[in-house]
Amino acid sequence: MNAVSPELDRRFRDAAAAEGLLDAAFDFVDSPVGPLLVATSARGLCRISYDADPERELEQLARDFGVRVLRSAKPIDPARRELDEYFEGKRHTFDLPIDVARLADFNRRVLRELARVPYGEVVTYGELAARSARPRAARAVGTVMNRNPLPIVLPCHRVVGANGKLVGYAGGLDRKEKLLRLEGAIL
Amino acid sequence: MTLPPFERFYEQYREEIFGFLMRRLGSERAEDAFQETFLRALRAYPKLQHGEHLRAWAYTIASRIAIDEHRRPRADADLPELAALDGRPAFAQLEHLADQLPPTERAAVVLRYGYDLDYAEIGAALGSNATAARQAASAGIRRLRQKELS
Repeated sequence: MNAVSPELDRRFRDAAAAEGLLDAAFDFVDSPVGPLLVATSARGLCRISYDADPERELEQLARDFGVRVLRSAKPIDPARRELDEYFEGKRHTFDLPIDVARLADFNRRVLRELARVPYGEVVTYGELAARSARPRAARAVGTVMNRNPLPIVLPCHRVVGANGKLVGYAGGLDRKEKLLRLEGAIL
Repeated sequence: MTLPPFERFYEQYREEIFGFLMRRLGSERAEDAFQETFLRALRAYPKLQHGEHLRAWAYTIASRIAIDEHRRPRADADLPELAALDGRPAFAQLEHLADQLPPTERAAVVLRYGYDLDYAEIGAALGSNATAARQAASAGIRRLRQKELS
């Protein structure tokens, strides 16, 4: 047989990551809200995508982080472990380094405030805008949530409308509801 | 054509490059050479200016590694016979000379005369066939000769 064996394939992918040759490594992680495409740069976790179209995602990762994008399981293992623990209800905060360096200042500031919203609690868009020192920017905060590169880990599912309604979620309202239910924020 | 993410490049060429290395080196050495080929490609990848001729580029790296592998002494191996294996490899000079050629002719000349691939392999590397590879190589040689004589 002249085919590349799964062992050889994995050996190459592991070696590429171990030698620090990748701009971004990615892999798929199974979860109760569907398979997640998870990617990490040299700095930290850089992407979590629902319903990923791999072709488009890889192009985007290459544009954002560099062309050396490769599927490799090992660099994703820490994130896989923490996500598994989260979905089992055993983990309430994530300890992974993250890479949001390429985002605009405002987005980073809003995401930093978002990261402080505790497990099982919700906050409104307006409140999050106020905490980010831009009290009238609720709509802009909505846009930042919509483009959140790291859903679940940066918990945009904990942000709700002024009336307490779930309103939008880039991954779909079903997922938002499921995550909030898991956290006990809704019954 | 923009450079695709490395994953695409790897997926597209891994099987044929592995097949090529198997034919050149046998199964025992092909696996190490395969890994080395794609690690070397990965190191150089960001320096590429565009996504053209990636197949020929992959074959060029694999051929170079196959030659290095051949050169590596093995307990049970006879000494290599090719003159090109002594000292400075023939392809180094050839690659420099062929720099002035159009890309397809350049790849055909370098792979044929620098790396001793047969025309079927070169055709595969260039995404065409043996006949087209032969034509490209001879057109390239003609052009080099004209330049040399002018």
